[in-house]
Amino acid sequence: MQAYLRQDGSKGIRNTLLVVYLVECAHHVARGICQQFPDHDVQLIGFPGCYPNKYAQALMESLVTHSNVGAVQLISLGCEGFNRYGLEKVIADSGRPVNTLVIQENQGTAQTMLRGAEWVASTLTELDTATTVDMSVDELIIGTICGGSDGTSGITANPGIGRAFDQFVAKGATCIFEETGELIGCEGIMSARAATPAVAKELVQAVEKAAIYYDTLGHGSFAPGNADGGLTTQEEKSMGAYAKSGASNINGVIYPSEIPSEGGLYLLDVVPDGEVRFGFPNIADTAEIIELISCGSHVILFATGRGSVVGSAISPVIKVCANPQTYRNMTDDMDIDAGRIIENRGTLDEVGQEIFELVINMAEGGQSKSEKMGHREYLLTYKYFSAGRACS
Amino acid sequence: MSTVNSPSPQGEQAISLLLLADQDNCLVACRFLAKNSVVDIDQQPVQLANDIQIAHKVARIDIAAGAKILKYGAIIGSATTDIKRGEHIHLHNMQSDYLPTFIIPTRIEVQEL
Repeated sequence: MQAYLRQDGSKGIRNTLLVVYLVECAHHVARGICQQFPDHDVQLIGFPGCYPNKYAQALMESLVTHSNVGAVQLISLGCEGFNRYGLEKVIADSGRPVNTLVIQENQGTAQTMLRGAEWVASTLTELDTATTVDMSVDELIIGTICGGSDGTSGITANPGIGRAFDQFVAKGATCIFEETGELIGCEGIMSARAATPAVAKELVQAVEKAAIYYDTLGHGSFAPGNADGGLTTQEEKSMGAYAKSGASNINGVIYPSEIPSEGGLYLLDVVPDGEVRFGFPNIADTAEIIELISCGSHVILFATGRGSVVGSAISPVIKVCANPQTYRNMTDDMDIDAGRIIENRGTLDEVGQEIFELVINMAEGGQSKSEKMGHREYLLTYKYFSAGRACS
Repeated sequence: MSTVNSPSPQGEQAISLLLLADQDNCLVACRFLAKNSVVDIDQQPVQLANDIQIAHKVARIDIAAGAKILKYGAIIGSATTDIKRGEHIHLHNMQSDYLPTFIIPTRIEVQEL
């Protein structure tokens, strides 16, 4: 595998230039800059809120210094609450080119777009000359999520990803699974896989926190399409989702924007601490993908039964399709036909091996289907985590 | 994962239902199964009372109201009515032991409002 070496020693499999809006009011200008570079890896992210949020600041700091990111153009309106100079310093300290443009100080929309595009064009020339270094499997960080789940997800795609995770963990890579709300009912069997008694306790506490949080909200992480696809209850969906974690020991519980210091399998706790505030933990799958990326994920494995199509602005998203009917219906969007298992056209081990190889291929110049289709979804909203956690 | 086979129209043994764990009282359809078709459940022929979509659940045995539904060898909720062997198991006859399940109304239900 070939990668871009960053100043902190991390290695990225992409060299993306990010254009970042720091409030919704700056979104149009940032998008206008991106649209001038359709043939380059120039991607749009941002934060919509005018009011500051420690979680959002920490997430953004992780994203703009993600190993797949090579340079960053910040676009500020000028009066929003986001700490733009703090963010700019984090990027500069990481050794990446950064430029901040404040719309109110640059004669408005047209001039800011012009100046932004000039900086992006010259920085792309710089990024184009970047050299790559060798990367080994144990340097990879892989995140997994399931979305648009149905009754096939827990039988085909999720355990297929589990098999791939087992291979990656055995080779020293870092694997992250998530959504404690989708592990409600699995806390007992999951804690039995904890590397230490302390981790077992943390795993149970994380799921208990999610159960209380979702109970307060009135319903769980369960969408109508899940029921159409044959799933009846949260705990049934959980058992299927849990299969993505494979069979390795679980090394620890991490929080958004926390990058594990050593290889192994980790649970990402995405449910905020304390009383319910700011609404749902994650309003859509993309918010979870972004949190997995904030923990360093180079590649995202996305298991889907009903047929999700999303990608991401920073790391390639691989679709592992659980349902053979969906695969035939949406082949252009699906990378792997895991549903073949229930049609007796393949085994879990074969699907796991195919997933493993496709992840490696992402770091060897390959592109996922969602990436080829131009899917570059992104979401970041308000959240609260207790003091002392990486993202607080 | 073991499988329960039923004869296909061509007379071949095509897999129709999956048993995910020995202790389960439900099976999972691995393809669409039409109403009135006959499937083997634990080597006994059972005529299906409903259409069963891919990945939906079918009762492996008679299940009493209040009994736990087991899939993957784990409890996934409780029966809210008596469920007969071969019957579709879904929102109409089982519920979560944790959280209510949220669904959206169908187009017909919305038009009737």
